[in-house]
Amino acid sequence: MTQTPYSLPQRRSFLETKRTDRWWIAPLLVLAGFGGFIVYSTWAAFQANNYFIGGAAQPGVQHLLSPFYSPVFWDPRGITSGHAWFGELPNWWPGWLLFSPALLILPFPGGFRFTCYYYRGAYYKAFWGDPASCTVGEPAFRGLDYRGEQKFPLILQNLHRYFLYIAIVFIGLLAWDGYQSFWHSNADGTKGFGISVGTIVLVLNPIFLGAYTFGCHCLRHLVGGKHDCLSCSKSREATYKRVSWLNARHMLFAWISLFFVGFTDVYVRLCASGTWTDWRIL
Amino acid sequence: MSSTPSGSLPNPTRRVEFDVWRGDSAGGEFKTYGVDVAEGMVVLDCIHKIQAEQANDLAVRWNCKAGKCGSCSAEINGQPKLMCMTRMDTLPQGQRVTVEPMRSFPSIRDLVTDVSWNFRVKKKIKPFKPRKPDNADGSWTMYQADVDRVQEFRKCIECFLCQDVCHVLRDHHKHDEFIGPRFLMYTAMLEMNPLDTENRVADLKDHDGIGYCNIGKCCTKVCPEHIGITDNAIIPMKERVVDEFYDPITRLFRMFKPRAS
Repeated sequence: MTQTPYSLPQRRSFLETKRTDRWWIAPLLVLAGFGGFIVYSTWAAFQANNYFIGGAAQPGVQHLLSPFYSPVFWDPRGITSGHAWFGELPNWWPGWLLFSPALLILPFPGGFRFTCYYYRGAYYKAFWGDPASCTVGEPAFRGLDYRGEQKFPLILQNLHRYFLYIAIVFIGLLAWDGYQSFWHSNADGTKGFGISVGTIVLVLNPIFLGAYTFGCHCLRHLVGGKHDCLSCSKSREATYKRVSWLNARHMLFAWISLFFVGFTDVYVRLCASGTWTDWRIL
Repeated sequence: MSSTPSGSLPNPTRRVEFDVWRGDSAGGEFKTYGVDVAEGMVVLDCIHKIQAEQANDLAVRWNCKAGKCGSCSAEINGQPKLMCMTRMDTLPQGQRVTVEPMRSFPSIRDLVTDVSWNFRVKKKIKPFKPRKPDNADGSWTMYQADVDRVQEFRKCIECFLCQDVCHVLRDHHKHDEFIGPRFLMYTAMLEMNPLDTENRVADLKDHDGIGYCNIGKCCTKVCPEHIGITDNAIIPMKERVVDEFYDPITRLFRMFKPRAS
């Protein structure tokens, strides 16, 4: 690259700008929304309780499982959710090591969001002012040492597609939880069909998460974008178009799914703690 | 409100104060000019009025006044815009209007910047290298879906507002390591063309600095042609770089499937 022959204008100091609009609202909303979600989900993950309702101990109550805890590999000792793949926490788990079913799985959907192209652009602005907003001055210390995603550590964002593969599996697991929420246990040990408010919540959750996940930029690349010739395969062209439609609304579904998955946990948690009742509709 | 010339239709005006950057590569300052703004005027009209009535030596680059030549790029109230496409009635009423040159490029004088760096960058990108013609008459066959994808990028008028707003150039001055959104998009246009046989992916990573882009989408927001620069050009190119250099599974597959020439 040829060096420019003139000295460039001086950098602006942090947050300095000639903008007159309320540019700070968007990064503040991201900081509050995404930051609030991280705080809440971390708190909820460490609780290791109130993550399900229904089962043999609660006849007539629909089977609801919090998405923060799905899938449940092991239940904590003393808890039988009926959702655990391998039953109660095994004895080889050290007693001093904190255990919560959520801690085993949340890093994967969390990693998917953290490396998501949309969220990256949003939280770089909101969390560390890189830049705080377009044409707004950055912290002076970064200056010419800016590394972006060209170098470590943010070069690791390129692992996004691996988180995508796992996130797609999670959509299937959460859809199964949605199906399970149509059922409840009866006192005689049989299962009955029913629909509650919680059923609707658990069905909507994977739909919103799917709309976000299947609009992923990586997926758009993998299903067709990586080919120069889209038209060489009709199925490729059709899939690329559908993913592109969702991709154009990626930000919208990113936020809807984020809030709804959080709300789903809140709903199950409050029902499990007895604060709310999961009203049966059918 | 000022009066209109006798005999003409009433054309109410309002007085607007403009802070216009005056200076050159050695430095400068904002100078204030008052302009009577009439309905339908754009910022470029006001700058021309200042030039005609108050500051004959004010330097401003412009040409088509229709948003197609990309000459009158500037920063209006701190936001990169074309002066000819910014109507005065879209700016906040009752406030001063700030007009300054693009900040990512060296100042020549007043509102005129030296954008020649962009042309030097463009020359370094590997040019279009078509495959052999598909048909006996020397033509190629290309389907609409493939045309549509690259056609979007051809709307670019090279106003360089995207280069101006990009913080990698603007704040971090990575002009020697980063080609900017305009040329990442230009490279995408060539790379996605099914007729092209050249490979620019290694250049994107090693010489063009695509990793410096942190997807703030400022380039997309300021584009007067509403091109999806980030979503449709830069991110797809980032993904092709991942395919080639950062995805071990894809690399493994490629070992068994040689790249078509």
